[in-house]
This record gives sequence, C-alpha cells and structure tokens, in this order.
Amino acid sequence: MRGISFEAIYVLWLRELKAFIRARSRIVGNIVQPLFFMAILGVGFKSSMRFTGVGMQGIDYLQFLVPGLIGMTILFSSMFAGLSILWDRQFGFLREIMVAPVSRLSLVLGRVAGGMTTTILQALSILLIAYLFGFRIKGIMELLLSIIFMILIGTGFVGMGVAFASKMEDMHGFQIVMNFIIMPIFFLSGALFPLKGLPPWLGFLTYIDPLTYGVDALRGIMLNISYFPLAIDFVILAIFCVTMLFTGAVFFSQCEV
Amino acid sequence: MDNSADSNKKQAIRVSNLTKEFNGFKAIDNISFSVEEGEIFGMLGPNGAGKTTTIRILSTTLKATKGEAFVWGYDISKQPDKIRRSIGIVFQDQTLDDRLTGMENLDFHARLYGMKRNLREKRIKEVLHLVDLWDKRNTLVKYYSGGMCRRLEIARGLMHYPRVLFLDEPTLGLDAQTRHNIWEHIRVLNKREKIAILLTTHYMDEADTLCNRVGIIDKGKILIIDEPEKLKNMVGKDLISIKVSSPEKMMQILSNFEWVSNKRVYDGLLHLEVTEGEKRIPFLINLAQRYSLSVDLVSLRRPTLEDVFLHFTGKRIREEEGTLRERISARIRSRRRR
Repeated sequence: MRGISFEAIYVLWLRELKAFIRARSRIVGNIVQPLFFMAILGVGFKSSMRFTGVGMQGIDYLQFLVPGLIGMTILFSSMFAGLSILWDRQFGFLREIMVAPVSRLSLVLGRVAGGMTTTILQALSILLIAYLFGFRIKGIMELLLSIIFMILIGTGFVGMGVAFASKMEDMHGFQIVMNFIIMPIFFLSGALFPLKGLPPWLGFLTYIDPLTYGVDALRGIMLNISYFPLAIDFVILAIFCVTMLFTGAVFFSQCEV
Repeated sequence: MDNSADSNKKQAIRVSNLTKEFNGFKAIDNISFSVEEGEIFGMLGPNGAGKTTTIRILSTTLKATKGEAFVWGYDISKQPDKIRRSIGIVFQDQTLDDRLTGMENLDFHARLYGMKRNLREKRIKEVLHLVDLWDKRNTLVKYYSGGMCRRLEIARGLMHYPRVLFLDEPTLGLDAQTRHNIWEHIRVLNKREKIAILLTTHYMDEADTLCNRVGIIDKGKILIIDEPEKLKNMVGKDLISIKVSSPEKMMQILSNFEWVSNKRVYDGLLHLEVTEGEKRIPFLINLAQRYSLSVDLVSLRRPTLEDVFLHFTGKRIREEEGTLRERISARIRSRRRR
C-alpha cells in the first residue's frame, strides 16, 4: 500500500467533481456570498470613502475588494473540501475508502486534487461576477499567474482542512474550526482593508496569516498594488502549501476510522 | 511465489488466540476459529460482544494486541495489502455515497481497487444483476430504500472478486420481508461465487437459517462453535417453561430427576431442558400440586439458538433484556471503537 495510485487519485477527484456539480445549492451559496460582499460592501464603501494610501490612486474600494473576495472564496471552499472528511466519516463512506488497498497518501492527494478543482472553479466564477461590476484583469498572463497563486493558496488550505478533520472525532469540531480558524484567517488577511498603517499588534497578526500573502499576491498581479514583493509572497505561500500538505498527509495516515 | 497462500488454501480464515485490548479492556479475548472455503460462518452475539472488532482486525484496519490470524492464507500483520484485495466487506453502518448513482458507487470502488475498464463494466453488470438492482443503476443512492442500499453494498463488496466476504450485521434495521430477501441473495451469491462468508449477527433466526456453522460470542469470548442443529441438540431435546408460585422451590424438588438435564430461573419462569417433553407436562403439574405450588402456565417447545445462547451465557441475547450496566458498557465500547 505504499506509493501513489493515480487511478485512486483520479477517482476521488471525479467523485468530488460529480458531487460538486450535483450540489446546486452549495454552488449558489458559495457564489451568492461574495456577490453580496461585492454589491453591498464594495459599492457601499466605494461611494462613501476614499483610500488615501500610496499606490491607491485611481483604484476604488470595489476593485480593491475583488482579489480579497477571491481569497475568501478560496479559503472557504478549500477548507471545506479538506474538512469534508468529517462528512465522509459521519456518513460512513470513509470506511469504504480506508479499507481499500490504496495508500493514505493517494487518498489525501485525491482529495486535494478534487478540492482544488472545485475551488478554482468557484474563484473563476467570482472573477466573472466581478467582470459584471466593471473589474478587469489586464491580460491572459496575469490571469494565468493569478491561477497559479490560487492553486498554491487552495492546496495549502485543503491540506489544513484535512489535518483538522483527521484530528476531530465528529462534526462538532467543524463549528470550532469555522469560528476560531477560518474567520480569523479571513479577517486578518487584508481581504477587506489595506495592510498599511495598522497598529503593531494587528500588523503582527496579519503577518502570520498565510492568506495575507495570497491576497497580497493576487492584488499585486491584478491591480499592481502590493505590500510585499511578489517573490516573497510566492516563497511564503509555497512553504505554507508544502507544510500543510505534509501535515495533512501525516495526520490523515495516523487517524483511525 | 507465496508459500503461505498455498499451504492454507482450504481455510478462508484462520484465527488463533486473537486478543484486542482498548485501554486495558479486552474487546476480544483469546479467540480462535476458522472458516472453510465456501462456508458461511456466523458469529452470533449481542452488541458489544466483539464481533465488529474481529472484522476490523481481519480486514487489517485495526491492529491486534496479541495472537495471529490468516485471511486467505495471508498474515494480517505482514500482508495487509494482499488481504485487502482478497476480501469484500459490507459494514454495519451504511457506507455509500448517496450523491452518486448505484452504478457510480460500484465504478468508484472498482477503480479504487485498480480494475481495468473491460473487467469493470462486465463485473458491474454481473453484481447488479445478482442483487436485482440493474434497473436502478442510474438512480442516485439517496433515492434508494434501506434494503436496496444494503443490496448495493453487498454487490459492491463482491466487485473485485474477493475470496472472503465479511457481512457485519447484514440485516440490521431492515423489516422482515426485506431481511428474507437479503438472506436469499446471500445464499445465492455464496453458491454462485463460491465465496466464504463471515457473518456477524445478533439475530438468532439469521444465524440459524443462513450459517453452516455458528460461533457464539459474548464479552469478547467465543463460547462454542458448531452447526446450528448440533448446537440446538446440545441444549436438550425439549424445553419446558413453567410459571409456578415458587420457581426456586420447584427447582429443588426437581433436583433428583435424571431426565431434567438443565434448570434455571429466568424472568420469573422456571426453564427446564428435558427429554420427551410431552409426557413430562402432566407429571410436572401433579408434582407441583403435591407440594401445594400453583401452576399458572406451562409451555413446551423445540430449542432455538436463543436457548443455546441462554444455555452458554446465562442470559438472553436481546439488548433490551440486558442489564442497564451491560448496555452502558456496550455503548461505551462501541463509542471507543469509532
């Protein structure tokens, strides 16, 4: 049961995709939330206040918000994909998977591949909605570069979700992760406000939030405004991604059904 | 190639002195048994007796504390991968993905077990026909009934041509008609696929009608293993239950009769294992009257596996009749095992 089975990864990916396409309410929910943010928060702030920070010239809040909302969508969707192990455990399907002659690593990679794909699909649909609000990405290169970063962020958070789900016994842990992990990561990431001029304690917290670098990179690529150099964002996200994948794989291989 | 696989070919499962402890508590306690090729072997016992734990160890998802076991000749501690390819499992709880269709669930399974496309398609058709679900193959599992789900799970367990099939409480929670239907499917697949089956159950009738041999398990120990008919004969030819004003006194009176092989008071009734039961009833009533005991009720019947269980464990199997303490500890056990 060592080694990687590509057939197993493929079939887990396929299952995730089929389930995703069939769960229409989930798709609608995942798209409506950022839509509200954009339409209400974005338009509201855009018309009532103006950023004064350097590099903000010519960019209104709605535009500033879009990469943040993409970051938010990736965070929520990929964490849920990782945590979906909890559902599989609850509904018994995890047993069916765990007793197959397939390595745990293949099982984790299959889930990551599936979670990643659905996450990117959702992120791209946000981009499409943003287009209707007048948001434009400069070119195809920028789009592809953004997708690379989306994959990095998404993979990291699927891994984190898998790690948490492996350590939790039942669904009760889900709310805790939601309130104490996902929400802080979202609020501290600079998705809603610029990182410039924050009080030191808040600044420090944003620095240890991995999503900060993801949102920063997306903003850098899409709007040409960023707090860190793109290379720094990339290195930190790459380290985050590998660490989380590894942690997720190790925790999952230790868990009993 | 593999010597161990050849030398043990007659035995589908061989377990010797297997023990599993959870924090010092023995979920299974030094059990030994074997299942022959093509046989249906039943483990009969109440919830928390250690049946599921045994299946989990034999399917290599749980490590044993002590003892050894071979499944289809492969060692559980050394060749888990080979064992997993040789076994099919139908778990006690439902383990289907209800967002997929019946066919997709089987396809998922087949790919997970690395089956090639041609074989996969042929086998899906075969097993779906075997459990009468071919017509429902494109229906989402969430629209399946309980019995259909169970049949699909059995079909799935057979997908990768396993040599040994584990059925953990295969008819738990199903209505009587559906249970009989599932039994029929199990009989048919046992014959057609020539597959050895290890089945756990706490239903007496299930063990009685389906199994070639039954092992009675309680509190982690296997108390006896034999064919259902032989087990019933062991208990005695006939069983008489009497409701009498003082069962204890009646028991004393009867202590000198050699045709009474076993006596016990249970549920306020005196239960006797006797020979030629029909003739004993008038005698028993007269005897009670002679000692001025009043008899309210007398019943006579052939023994069932329920009586066998009572004989070997001193209690009935049905959970409701266990003491509160036993029920709680069984619940703690099952929770710990999750």
